[in-house]
Amino acid sequence: MIIIKKVGKQSYILSNPITIKESASIVGPKEKNGPLHQFFDKCLEDEFWGEKSWEKAESKIIKETVNMVISKSGIANADIDFCFAGDLLNQCIASSFGLRETNIPFIGLFGACSTFVESLIVASSFIDGDFAKNTVCAASSHFCSAEKQFRFPLELGNQRPQSSQWTVTGSGAVILTKDGTGPYITSFTPGKIVDMGIKDVNNMGAAMAGAAEDTIISHFKDTGRSPNYYDAIFTGDLGYIGKDILIDLTESKGYNIKSNYNDCGVLIFDKENQDTHSGGSGCGCIASVFSGYIYKMLQEKKYKKILLIATGALMNSTSSQQGESIPGIAHAISVEL
Amino acid sequence: MRQINSIEEYQKYVNTKTPNSPIIKNCFNAFWVGGLICAIGQIIFEFCKLRGIDETNSYIIVSMLLIFLSAFLTGLNVFNKIGKFAGAGSLVPITGFANSIVSPAMEYKSEGYVMGVGAKMFTVAGPVLIYGISSSILIGLIYIIFNTQNLILV
Repeated sequence: MIIIKKVGKQSYILSNPITIKESASIVGPKEKNGPLHQFFDKCLEDEFWGEKSWEKAESKIIKETVNMVISKSGIANADIDFCFAGDLLNQCIASSFGLRETNIPFIGLFGACSTFVESLIVASSFIDGDFAKNTVCAASSHFCSAEKQFRFPLELGNQRPQSSQWTVTGSGAVILTKDGTGPYITSFTPGKIVDMGIKDVNNMGAAMAGAAEDTIISHFKDTGRSPNYYDAIFTGDLGYIGKDILIDLTESKGYNIKSNYNDCGVLIFDKENQDTHSGGSGCGCIASVFSGYIYKMLQEKKYKKILLIATGALMNSTSSQQGESIPGIAHAISVEL
Repeated sequence: MRQINSIEEYQKYVNTKTPNSPIIKNCFNAFWVGGLICAIGQIIFEFCKLRGIDETNSYIIVSMLLIFLSAFLTGLNVFNKIGKFAGAGSLVPITGFANSIVSPAMEYKSEGYVMGVGAKMFTVAGPVLIYGISSSILIGLIYIIFNTQNLILV
Protein backbone atom coordinates (compact mmCIF):
# COMPACT_ATOMS: atom_id res chain seq x y z
CA MET A 1 0.00 0.00 0.00
CA ILE A 2 1.29 3.42 -0.83
CA ILE A 3 0.91 5.96 1.91
CA ILE A 4 0.75 9.52 0.64
CA LYS A 5 2.90 11.64 2.91
CA LYS A 6 2.34 14.89 1.13
CA VAL A 7 -0.08 17.35 2.64
CA GLY A 8 -1.20 20.48 0.86
CA LYS A 9 1.07 22.00 -1.75
CA GLN A 10 4.57 21.24 -0.53
CA SER A 11 4.61 19.81 2.98
CA TYR A 12 5.23 16.25 4.12
CA ILE A 13 4.23 14.44 7.28
CA LEU A 14 6.55 11.56 8.12
CA SER A 15 4.73 8.28 8.71
CA ASN A 16 7.34 7.24 11.29
CA PRO A 17 8.76 10.22 13.14
CA ILE A 18 12.56 10.24 12.91
CA THR A 19 14.56 10.62 16.11
CA ILE A 20 17.36 13.14 16.43
CA LYS A 21 19.50 10.91 18.61
CA GLU A 22 22.49 13.08 19.29
CA SER A 23 24.03 16.42 18.39
CA ALA A 24 27.45 18.01 18.50
CA SER A 25 28.78 21.47 17.78
CA ILE A 26 32.16 23.14 17.52
CA VAL A 27 32.46 26.91 17.13
CA GLY A 28 35.16 29.54 16.78
CA PRO A 29 36.55 32.14 19.16
CA LYS A 30 34.04 34.89 18.36
CA GLU A 31 31.13 32.55 19.03
CA LYS A 32 32.87 31.62 22.28
CA ASN A 33 32.43 35.21 23.41
CA GLY A 34 28.79 35.22 22.31
CA PRO A 35 25.75 34.66 24.52
CA LEU A 36 25.32 30.96 23.61
CA HIS A 37 28.87 29.82 24.42
CA GLN A 38 27.91 27.45 27.24
CA PHE A 39 25.75 25.35 24.91
CA PHE A 40 28.45 24.43 22.41
CA ASP A 41 30.47 21.25 22.87
CA LYS A 42 33.74 22.88 22.01
CA CYS A 43 34.89 26.46 21.43
CA LEU A 44 38.14 27.09 19.57
CA GLU A 45 40.77 29.53 20.76
CA ASP A 46 41.81 30.66 17.29
CA GLU A 47 40.54 30.48 13.71
CA PHE A 48 43.33 28.24 12.40
CA TRP A 49 43.06 25.39 14.92
CA GLY A 50 46.63 24.39 14.18
CA GLU A 51 46.05 24.22 10.40
CA LYS A 52 47.85 26.11 7.65
CA SER A 53 44.83 27.61 5.94
CA TRP A 54 41.28 28.61 6.85
CA GLU A 55 39.93 26.06 4.41
CA LYS A 56 41.83 23.31 6.20
CA ALA A 57 40.62 24.66 9.52
CA GLU A 58 37.00 24.53 8.35
CA SER A 59 37.49 20.95 7.15
CA LYS A 60 38.89 20.04 10.53
CA ILE A 61 35.96 21.67 12.29
CA ILE A 62 33.34 19.67 10.36
CA LYS A 63 35.43 16.47 10.63
CA GLU A 64 35.80 16.76 14.38
CA THR A 65 32.13 17.67 14.81
CA VAL A 66 31.03 14.59 12.88
CA ASN A 67 33.47 12.38 14.81
CA MET A 68 32.19 13.87 18.04
CA VAL A 69 28.51 13.28 17.27
CA ILE A 70 29.21 9.69 16.22
CA SER A 71 31.16 8.90 19.37
CA LYS A 72 28.56 10.63 21.57
CA SER A 73 25.77 8.59 19.99
CA GLY A 74 27.50 5.28 20.69
CA ILE A 75 26.59 4.03 17.21
CA ALA A 76 29.44 2.24 15.43
CA ASN A 77 30.77 3.93 12.29
CA ALA A 78 29.80 0.87 10.26
CA ASP A 79 26.17 1.21 11.31
CA ILE A 80 25.82 4.69 9.88
CA ASP A 81 24.40 4.40 6.39
CA PHE A 82 24.79 7.92 5.03
CA CYS A 83 26.45 11.19 5.74
CA PHE A 84 24.66 14.25 4.39
CA ALA A 85 26.73 17.39 4.61
CA GLY A 86 27.56 20.65 2.92
CA ASP A 87 29.21 24.04 3.32
CA LEU A 88 29.85 27.29 1.47
CA LEU A 89 33.31 26.79 -0.03
CA ASN A 90 33.60 26.27 -3.79
CA GLN A 91 32.35 22.76 -4.63
CA CYS A 92 31.76 22.15 -0.91
CA ILE A 93 35.38 21.27 -0.17
CA ALA A 94 35.15 21.79 3.57
CA SER A 95 32.78 18.85 3.99
CA SER A 96 34.21 16.59 1.27
CA PHE A 97 37.82 17.11 2.41
CA GLY A 98 36.91 16.95 6.07
CA LEU A 99 34.84 13.80 5.73
CA ARG A 100 36.96 11.86 3.22
CA GLU A 101 38.31 9.58 5.93
CA THR A 102 35.01 8.75 7.62
CA ASN A 103 34.28 5.69 5.45
CA ILE A 104 30.58 6.48 5.41
CA PRO A 105 28.71 6.88 2.08
CA PHE A 106 28.66 10.61 1.55
CA ILE A 107 26.01 12.71 -0.13
CA GLY A 108 27.17 16.30 -0.49
CA LEU A 109 24.47 18.93 -0.41
CA PHE A 110 24.35 22.59 -1.24
CA GLY A 111 21.60 24.95 -0.23
CA ALA A 112 23.82 27.88 0.75
CA CYS A 113 23.07 28.67 4.39
CA SER A 114 19.98 26.42 4.29
CA THR A 115 22.17 23.31 3.89
CA PHE A 116 21.71 22.05 7.44
CA VAL A 117 17.92 21.79 7.29
CA GLU A 118 18.19 20.57 3.69
CA SER A 119 20.34 17.70 4.97
CA LEU A 120 17.79 16.94 7.72
CA ILE A 121 15.00 16.82 5.12
CA VAL A 122 16.91 14.51 2.79
CA ALA A 123 18.11 12.28 5.62
CA SER A 124 14.68 11.90 7.21
CA SER A 125 13.20 11.05 3.79
CA PHE A 126 15.86 8.37 3.34
CA ILE A 127 15.11 6.93 6.75
CA ASP A 128 11.34 7.17 6.39
CA GLY A 129 11.63 5.47 3.02
CA ASP A 130 13.64 2.61 4.56
CA PHE A 131 16.79 3.42 2.64
CA ALA A 132 18.72 4.04 5.83
CA LYS A 133 18.57 3.38 9.54
CA ASN A 134 21.12 5.81 10.93
CA THR A 135 22.44 8.90 9.21
CA VAL A 136 24.63 11.78 10.17
CA CYS A 137 23.82 15.33 8.98
CA ALA A 138 26.26 18.19 9.19
CA ALA A 139 27.05 21.66 7.87
CA SER A 140 29.85 24.12 8.46
CA SER A 141 31.05 27.63 7.70
CA HIS A 142 34.11 29.67 8.61
CA PHE A 143 34.25 33.45 8.86
CA CYS A 144 37.71 33.78 7.31
CA SER A 145 37.23 31.36 4.41
CA ALA A 146 33.85 32.92 3.62
CA GLU A 147 35.23 36.47 3.69
CA LYS A 148 38.05 35.36 1.39
CA GLN A 149 35.66 33.78 -1.08
CA PHE A 150 32.85 36.33 -1.06
CA ARG A 151 34.24 39.64 0.16
CA PHE A 152 37.58 41.31 0.88
CA PRO A 153 40.87 40.19 2.46
CA LEU A 154 40.58 40.18 6.25
CA GLU A 155 43.38 42.67 6.79
CA LEU A 156 41.88 45.25 4.44
CA GLY A 157 41.02 48.39 6.38
CA ASN A 158 37.45 48.91 5.20
CA GLN A 159 34.15 49.52 6.96
CA ARG A 160 31.28 47.03 6.92
CA PRO A 161 27.78 48.33 6.15
CA GLN A 162 25.21 48.19 8.95
CA SER A 163 23.18 45.57 7.08
CA SER A 164 26.12 43.18 6.67
CA GLN A 165 26.24 39.95 8.63
CA TRP A 166 29.05 38.03 10.29
CA THR A 167 29.65 34.49 9.00
CA VAL A 168 29.68 32.05 11.89
CA THR A 169 32.81 29.97 12.34
CA GLY A 170 31.47 26.63 13.38
CA SER A 171 29.80 23.40 12.55
CA GLY A 172 26.87 21.42 13.85
CA ALA A 173 26.11 17.75 13.33
CA VAL A 174 23.25 15.47 14.34
CA ILE A 175 22.54 11.76 14.15
CA LEU A 176 19.12 10.78 12.84
CA THR A 177 17.85 7.33 13.56
CA LYS A 178 14.76 5.26 12.80
CA ASP A 179 14.01 3.93 16.26
CA GLY A 180 14.35 6.25 19.15
CA THR A 181 12.64 8.24 21.79
CA GLY A 182 12.81 11.68 20.26
CA PRO A 183 13.05 14.57 19.80
CA TYR A 184 11.29 13.66 16.57
CA ILE A 185 11.32 15.21 13.14
CA THR A 186 7.63 15.03 12.33
CA SER A 187 7.15 17.04 9.17
CA PHE A 188 8.98 19.21 6.69
CA THR A 189 8.31 21.81 4.05
CA PRO A 190 10.97 22.19 1.36
CA GLY A 191 11.07 25.72 0.04
CA LYS A 192 10.78 27.21 -3.43
CA ILE A 193 13.36 29.59 -4.85
CA VAL A 194 12.06 33.10 -4.23
CA ASP A 195 13.74 36.14 -5.74
CA MET A 196 12.76 39.44 -4.14
CA GLY A 197 14.94 41.42 -6.56
CA ILE A 198 17.48 42.47 -3.92
CA LYS A 199 20.93 43.04 -5.43
CA ASP A 200 22.78 44.28 -2.36
CA VAL A 201 25.15 41.48 -1.24
CA ASN A 202 25.49 43.26 2.06
CA ASN A 203 21.82 42.80 2.81
CA MET A 204 21.27 39.05 2.71
CA GLY A 205 18.56 39.19 5.35
CA ALA A 206 16.34 41.25 3.06
CA ALA A 207 17.13 38.98 0.10
CA MET A 208 16.18 35.79 1.99
CA ALA A 209 13.20 37.05 4.02
CA GLY A 210 10.84 36.54 1.06
CA ALA A 211 11.79 32.87 0.76
CA ALA A 212 11.37 32.40 4.51
CA GLU A 213 7.91 33.99 4.36
CA ASP A 214 6.88 31.78 1.44
CA THR A 215 8.00 28.58 3.20
CA ILE A 216 6.60 29.46 6.62
CA ILE A 217 3.18 30.37 5.23
CA SER A 218 3.11 27.29 2.99
CA HIS A 219 3.90 25.21 6.06
CA PHE A 220 1.05 26.72 8.06
CA LYS A 221 -1.43 26.43 5.19
CA ASP A 222 -0.44 22.86 4.26
CA THR A 223 -0.46 21.47 7.77
CA GLY A 224 -3.36 23.55 9.04
CA ARG A 225 -1.21 24.70 11.93
CA SER A 226 -0.96 28.23 13.25
CA PRO A 227 2.15 29.98 14.61
CA ASN A 228 1.13 29.28 18.22
CA TYR A 229 1.12 25.52 17.56
CA TYR A 230 4.89 25.83 18.08
CA ASP A 231 6.67 26.81 21.28
CA ALA A 232 9.32 28.46 19.21
CA ILE A 233 10.02 29.24 15.57
CA PHE A 234 13.65 29.72 14.52
CA THR A 235 15.02 30.97 11.23
CA GLY A 236 18.62 30.33 10.25
CA ASP A 237 20.43 33.54 9.47
CA LEU A 238 18.06 36.35 8.55
CA GLY A 239 19.77 38.58 11.08
CA TYR A 240 18.17 41.61 12.68
CA ILE A 241 16.97 43.20 9.46
CA GLY A 242 15.66 39.97 7.93
CA LYS A 243 13.95 39.03 11.16
CA ASP A 244 12.12 42.34 11.26
CA ILE A 245 11.12 42.00 7.63
CA LEU A 246 9.87 38.42 8.10
CA ILE A 247 7.68 39.49 11.03
CA ASP A 248 6.18 42.24 8.86
CA LEU A 249 5.74 40.03 5.79
CA THR A 250 4.00 37.21 7.66
CA GLU A 251 1.82 39.73 9.48
CA SER A 252 0.71 41.20 6.16
CA LYS A 253 -0.48 37.69 5.19
CA GLY A 254 -2.39 37.29 8.43
CA TYR A 255 0.04 35.25 10.54
CA ASN A 256 1.48 36.73 13.70
CA ILE A 257 4.79 35.10 14.67
CA LYS A 258 6.11 37.96 16.76
CA SER A 259 5.78 36.36 20.18
CA ASN A 260 7.53 33.02 19.64
CA TYR A 261 9.90 33.70 16.76
CA ASN A 262 13.65 34.28 16.82
CA ASP A 263 16.60 34.00 14.47
CA CYS A 264 19.76 31.95 15.08
CA GLY A 265 21.89 34.76 13.61
CA VAL A 266 20.40 37.12 16.17
CA LEU A 267 20.91 34.67 19.05
CA ILE A 268 24.53 33.66 18.46
CA PHE A 269 26.22 37.07 18.80
CA ASP A 270 25.90 40.02 21.10
CA LYS A 271 25.21 42.79 18.61
CA GLU A 272 26.29 45.66 20.82
CA ASN A 273 29.55 44.27 22.21
CA GLN A 274 30.66 42.07 19.31
CA ASP A 275 30.13 44.54 16.49
CA THR A 276 28.46 42.01 14.24
CA HIS A 277 26.01 44.53 12.76
CA SER A 278 22.97 42.61 11.50
CA GLY A 279 23.92 39.30 13.20
CA GLY A 280 25.38 35.93 12.28
CA SER A 281 25.09 34.03 9.01
CA GLY A 282 26.47 30.98 7.22
CA CYS A 283 25.72 27.25 7.15
CA GLY A 284 27.35 26.90 10.53
CA CYS A 285 24.96 29.41 12.12
CA ILE A 286 21.77 27.37 12.30
CA ALA A 287 23.79 24.12 12.42
CA SER A 288 25.68 25.08 15.57
CA VAL A 289 22.79 26.93 17.22
CA PHE A 290 20.45 23.99 16.64
CA SER A 291 23.01 21.33 17.64
CA GLY A 292 24.11 23.37 20.61
CA TYR A 293 21.37 25.53 22.03
CA ILE A 294 18.03 24.40 20.56
CA TYR A 295 18.69 20.65 20.86
CA LYS A 296 19.54 21.04 24.55
CA MET A 297 16.39 23.10 25.09
CA LEU A 298 14.41 20.24 23.54
CA GLN A 299 16.16 17.68 25.77
CA GLU A 300 15.38 19.77 28.83
CA LYS A 301 11.78 19.99 27.57
CA LYS A 302 11.88 23.79 27.60
CA TYR A 303 10.58 23.58 24.05
CA LYS A 304 8.26 20.79 23.04
CA LYS A 305 7.42 21.79 19.49
CA ILE A 306 9.65 23.87 17.30
CA LEU A 307 9.74 24.92 13.68
CA LEU A 308 13.18 25.31 12.18
CA ILE A 309 13.54 27.30 8.97
CA ALA A 310 16.99 27.56 7.41
CA THR A 311 17.44 30.32 4.86
CA GLY A 312 19.97 30.49 2.05
CA ALA A 313 21.08 33.10 -0.48
CA LEU A 314 21.72 31.32 -3.78
CA MET A 315 24.37 33.57 -5.28
CA ASN A 316 28.11 33.67 -5.79
CA SER A 317 30.59 36.49 -6.25
CA THR A 318 30.41 36.25 -10.08
CA SER A 319 26.62 36.57 -10.18
CA SER A 320 26.66 39.59 -7.89
CA GLN A 321 29.43 41.27 -9.91
CA GLN A 322 27.33 40.73 -13.02
CA GLY A 323 24.52 42.64 -11.35
CA GLU A 324 22.18 39.70 -10.82
CA SER A 325 19.64 39.78 -8.01
CA ILE A 326 19.91 37.33 -5.13
CA PRO A 327 17.46 34.41 -5.13
CA GLY A 328 16.63 33.07 -1.69
CA ILE A 329 15.56 29.67 -0.42
CA ALA A 330 14.17 28.46 2.88
CA HIS A 331 13.52 24.92 4.10
CA ALA A 332 11.40 24.19 7.16
CA ILE A 333 11.34 21.21 9.45
CA SER A 334 9.27 20.63 12.58
CA VAL A 335 10.80 18.95 15.60
CA GLU A 336 8.54 17.72 18.40
CA LEU A 337 8.95 15.73 21.59
CA MET B 1 1.55 46.28 7.30
CA ARG B 2 -0.03 46.13 3.86
CA GLN B 3 1.04 43.53 1.32
CA ILE B 4 4.01 44.10 -0.96
CA ASN B 5 3.30 43.44 -4.60
CA SER B 6 6.33 44.50 -6.61
CA ILE B 7 10.11 44.42 -6.49
CA GLU B 8 10.26 48.22 -6.36
CA GLU B 9 7.86 48.31 -3.44
CA TYR B 10 9.91 45.69 -1.60
CA GLN B 11 13.18 47.56 -2.26
CA LYS B 12 11.61 50.76 -0.90
CA TYR B 13 10.35 48.92 2.16
CA VAL B 14 13.77 47.28 2.72
CA ASN B 15 15.45 50.69 2.54
CA THR B 16 13.26 51.92 5.37
CA LYS B 17 14.23 48.85 7.42
CA THR B 18 17.98 49.06 6.78
CA PRO B 19 19.88 51.29 9.19
CA ASN B 20 22.26 53.83 7.65
CA SER B 21 25.92 53.99 8.56
CA PRO B 22 26.59 56.63 11.24
CA ILE B 23 27.71 59.21 8.65
CA ILE B 24 28.52 62.13 10.97
CA LYS B 25 30.60 59.95 13.29
CA ASN B 26 32.35 58.29 10.34
CA CYS B 27 33.10 61.64 8.69
CA PHE B 28 34.47 63.07 11.91
CA ASN B 29 36.77 60.07 12.49
CA ALA B 30 37.87 60.04 8.86
CA PHE B 31 38.63 63.77 9.08
CA TRP B 32 40.87 63.68 12.11
CA VAL B 33 42.65 60.37 11.38
CA GLY B 34 43.21 61.40 7.75
CA GLY B 35 44.50 64.73 9.00
CA LEU B 36 46.77 63.02 11.48
CA ILE B 37 48.29 60.80 8.78
CA CYS B 38 48.91 63.87 6.61
CA ALA B 39 50.44 65.67 9.60
CA ILE B 40 52.80 62.72 10.18
CA GLY B 41 53.79 62.95 6.53
CA GLN B 42 54.43 66.67 6.88
CA ILE B 43 56.55 66.11 10.01
CA ILE B 44 58.67 63.54 8.16
CA PHE B 45 59.00 65.99 5.26
CA GLU B 46 60.10 68.89 7.46
CA PHE B 47 62.54 66.62 9.28
CA CYS B 48 64.11 65.50 6.00
CA LYS B 49 64.47 69.12 4.83
CA LEU B 50 66.06 69.97 8.16
CA ARG B 51 68.62 67.27 7.53
CA GLY B 52 69.51 68.91 4.23
CA ILE B 53 67.67 66.54 1.86
CA ASP B 54 66.20 68.30 -1.18
CA GLU B 55 62.45 68.66 -1.68
CA THR B 56 61.95 65.92 -4.32
CA ASN B 57 63.83 63.34 -2.30
CA SER B 58 62.01 64.36 0.87
CA TYR B 59 58.66 63.65 -0.79
CA ILE B 60 59.91 60.23 -1.83
CA ILE B 61 61.05 59.50 1.73
CA VAL B 62 57.61 60.54 3.08
CA SER B 63 55.86 58.12 0.70
CA MET B 64 58.28 55.31 1.50
CA LEU B 65 57.92 55.68 5.25
CA LEU B 66 54.12 55.93 5.17
CA ILE B 67 53.88 52.90 2.87
CA PHE B 68 56.21 50.96 5.16
CA LEU B 69 54.27 51.96 8.26
CA SER B 70 50.94 50.97 6.72
CA ALA B 71 52.27 47.65 5.39
CA PHE B 72 53.86 46.89 8.74
CA LEU B 73 50.66 47.66 10.67
CA THR B 74 48.68 45.55 8.17
CA GLY B 75 50.95 42.61 8.94
CA LEU B 76 50.44 43.13 12.65
CA ASN B 77 46.64 42.97 12.28
CA VAL B 78 46.37 46.61 13.39
CA PHE B 79 45.64 48.51 10.18
CA ASN B 80 42.26 46.84 9.62
CA LYS B 81 41.20 48.14 13.04
CA ILE B 82 42.35 51.65 12.17
CA GLY B 83 40.55 51.34 8.83
CA LYS B 84 37.35 50.17 10.48
CA PHE B 85 37.47 53.17 12.78
CA ALA B 86 38.64 55.83 10.33
CA GLY B 87 37.23 54.59 6.99
CA ALA B 88 38.27 56.93 4.20
CA GLY B 89 40.61 58.73 6.62
CA SER B 90 43.14 55.91 6.45
CA LEU B 91 42.03 54.58 3.05
CA VAL B 92 42.48 57.66 0.88
CA PRO B 93 46.08 58.58 1.81
CA ILE B 94 48.92 56.40 0.51
CA THR B 95 48.51 54.23 3.63
CA GLY B 96 45.26 52.81 2.25
CA PHE B 97 46.94 51.98 -1.03
CA ALA B 98 49.71 50.05 0.75
CA ASN B 99 47.13 48.22 2.86
CA SER B 100 45.12 47.25 -0.23
CA ILE B 101 48.20 45.52 -1.70
CA VAL B 102 49.57 43.90 1.45
CA SER B 103 46.25 42.51 2.69
CA PRO B 104 45.51 40.31 -0.39
CA ALA B 105 49.17 39.26 -0.47
CA MET B 106 48.77 37.95 3.07
CA GLU B 107 45.36 36.46 2.40
CA TYR B 108 46.38 34.46 -0.68
CA LYS B 109 49.77 33.26 0.56
CA SER B 110 48.14 29.86 1.15
CA GLU B 111 47.73 29.47 -2.65
CA GLY B 112 51.49 29.84 -3.20
CA TYR B 113 53.77 32.67 -4.31
CA VAL B 114 52.84 32.63 -8.01
CA MET B 115 49.09 31.97 -8.25
CA GLY B 116 48.43 33.26 -4.76
CA VAL B 117 50.52 36.24 -3.73
CA GLY B 118 51.64 37.19 -7.27
CA ALA B 119 48.32 36.85 -9.04
CA LYS B 120 46.03 38.14 -6.30
CA MET B 121 48.14 40.98 -4.87
CA PHE B 122 46.43 43.63 -7.00
CA THR B 123 42.84 42.41 -6.76
CA VAL B 124 41.89 45.44 -4.65
CA ALA B 125 44.45 47.99 -5.86
CA GLY B 126 44.32 46.90 -9.54
CA PRO B 127 41.31 49.03 -10.53
CA VAL B 128 42.85 52.09 -8.82
CA LEU B 129 46.06 51.61 -10.80
CA ILE B 130 44.31 50.95 -14.13
CA TYR B 131 41.97 53.92 -13.96
CA GLY B 132 44.48 56.16 -12.20
CA ILE B 133 47.10 55.63 -14.89
CA SER B 134 44.53 55.71 -17.72
CA SER B 135 43.07 59.00 -16.58
CA SER B 136 46.54 60.55 -16.17
CA ILE B 137 47.35 59.54 -19.76
CA LEU B 138 44.09 61.09 -20.91
CA ILE B 139 44.75 64.33 -19.04
CA GLY B 140 48.34 64.33 -20.36
CA LEU B 141 46.99 64.10 -23.91
CA ILE B 142 44.61 67.00 -23.32
CA TYR B 143 47.52 69.00 -21.92
CA ILE B 144 49.67 68.31 -24.99
CA ILE B 145 46.86 69.27 -27.38
CA PHE B 146 45.97 72.55 -25.69
CA ASN B 147 49.45 73.68 -24.57
CA THR B 148 51.46 73.28 -27.78
CA GLN B 149 53.37 76.53 -27.33
CA ASN B 150 54.84 75.41 -24.00
CA LEU B 151 55.70 71.93 -25.22
CA ILE B 152 59.37 71.10 -25.21
CA LEU B 153 60.21 68.35 -27.64
CA VAL B 154 63.06 66.24 -26.45
